[in-house]
Amino acid sequence: MQLIRSFEERSAASFAEGRSPGTCTCVGQEASAVGVVAALREDDLILTNHRSAGHLLARGADPGRLMAEVMGRATGYCGGKSGTLHVSAKELGVILTSTIVGGELSLAPGVALSVSMKGGDEIVTCFFGDGAACEGIFHEALNLAAVWKLPVLFVCENNEWQAFVHRRETMLTDDIASRASAYGIEGRTVDGNDVEAVLAAATEAAAKVRATRMPFLLETKTYRLRGHFEPDDQGYVDKAELASWKARDPIAALRASLLESGALTAGGAAAIERRVAERLDAAFTFAADSPWPSLDELTTHVYA
Amino acid sequence: MIAAPSGEVTLLDAVRIALAEEMERDGRVVLMGEDIGVYGGAFKASAGLLERFGPKRVIDTPVVEEAIVGAAIGASLRGLRPVVEMQFFDFASRAFDMITNFAAKHRYRTGLGVPIVVRGPSGGGVQAGPFHSQSPEGYFARTPGLAVVVPSTAQDARGLLKAAIRDDDPVLFLEHKLLYRRAKGTLPEGDGIVPIGKAAVRREGRDLTIVTWGAMVPLALDGAAELAREGVEAEVIDLRTLLPMDEGTVLESVRKTSKALVLHEESRTLGVGAEAAALLAEKAFEWLDAPVVRVTAPDTPVPFAPALEAAYLPGPATLLAAARKLAAY
Repeated sequence: MQLIRSFEERSAASFAEGRSPGTCTCVGQEASAVGVVAALREDDLILTNHRSAGHLLARGADPGRLMAEVMGRATGYCGGKSGTLHVSAKELGVILTSTIVGGELSLAPGVALSVSMKGGDEIVTCFFGDGAACEGIFHEALNLAAVWKLPVLFVCENNEWQAFVHRRETMLTDDIASRASAYGIEGRTVDGNDVEAVLAAATEAAAKVRATRMPFLLETKTYRLRGHFEPDDQGYVDKAELASWKARDPIAALRASLLESGALTAGGAAAIERRVAERLDAAFTFAADSPWPSLDELTTHVYA
Repeated sequence: MIAAPSGEVTLLDAVRIALAEEMERDGRVVLMGEDIGVYGGAFKASAGLLERFGPKRVIDTPVVEEAIVGAAIGASLRGLRPVVEMQFFDFASRAFDMITNFAAKHRYRTGLGVPIVVRGPSGGGVQAGPFHSQSPEGYFARTPGLAVVVPSTAQDARGLLKAAIRDDDPVLFLEHKLLYRRAKGTLPEGDGIVPIGKAAVRREGRDLTIVTWGAMVPLALDGAAELAREGVEAEVIDLRTLLPMDEGTVLESVRKTSKALVLHEESRTLGVGAEAAALLAEKAFEWLDAPVVRVTAPDTPVPFAPALEAAYLPGPATLLAAARKLAAY
């Protein structure tokens, strides 16, 4: 979680210094990413959305190659041709990062269909936000996955913001998971800032999907602590609301809980931060020092 | 491999035969679409395939074009070769994002192709109205990463559809519904693959070149026969693949005839025909003895009333008048 937080904060700082393009961070949503991805098997497949750095890093993505893609360098996961927020990494089982809201929902049933037809027991996890839950494809995809009996774990990371519009202005209900019953599938809402609660809920949900080969809608309630993209002064955000969620910062909460239980010492926590800093120092240097794609790449891989 | 039936088949039969042959050959090929299974497809393009290949490979879907094409893309990225039917190609507009963003750009973004085919009936002339008669090829043919194919003969329908299914990238396959039962031919032995990206010279001539595709091909051939009686020999080129366009065949013909007429059913402005005309302006200018002529539908929706639709579609009189004028230029 610390790696994700620091990666995103450094991405934002790097942008502010003019060293990389603007990006959409997942600061505040780390527990949701880590809790869900930790509940998956290595051969399970993932589709995600524009706030994907957490999912990718939790899955084991190399932060250097990730930052290289953000910077459009040849060493990035997509050779610099896809760019920030658009990483697909076959070797990690991450099929798609869609910046078109809902695109991940469109493809997920098909990935699961392929798994089913081959008789595998992998499951497909599809991360999307409360904004995508307002798209028509949310209905199409959940319904299709249900009627086709496909092993998709739909994970709605409800972070209360749809770009610059508060979720409350876009729907009359608070719980997106309650919509599961409309498709005849199971749904559950969990505190998305409590990584242990997310892990427990996701483990149970993933096991159900794996066993029943039916979709499941898991909603993690969390909060986007930074703006929609960088830069964003969050002038439109209610200050009291932001403060209340900052007080529930998932990383601070986990650290406090581990310190209190004795599972982590102050020295241990400092060591984690130091290791993360060193790793990211190397990653950002690697990315910044990497070459741009060759101009030949302009016209390659358009059509085989 | 199943042998092609002997004797004449329609273009619609040829589509069904191609689907069956490819499903037989390759277990990764699956069909998805609205009413394609139990009902056999709105135009019966998949009739009998559910019985033959089962519901796991011939999949009836809800009415969800975006989700169908999205599912096809997702499945293709994990090894399947989905062929999606748009019940009418007009409805592909509901899957526009999936086709132009997710299918067309995936290889560029990741190096991995999206081997899907999106096929279905297009075109007018059957009084189906503004939402069931369009020739939407122009919307898609300017999207890098796609191939756009429009067969005009039964042989091409089979050979090109088989090529499309075997292609490692997304192919849009527009079947003109007016030709479904009117275009007939005998299928060749063997695979009969017709390569994507290669135009066909349907009739040779020395006086002018007609560049066209789809249901305009038989119109052009009838027109050329009439012109021949008047002593004008028109060469007819059936583009077959609109993207990528076979520049070589078009240019070679115009180099010979020095006069070009572009004929199409899609509306006039900013379409595939305009691209063909631009190609000629750019690369055939020195050989041309007359301005390039376009005979097209007007820039209107496809009307419903029979008299209006007949006026909308390019017909023999319009074509012949334009061709005679060009020949005399």
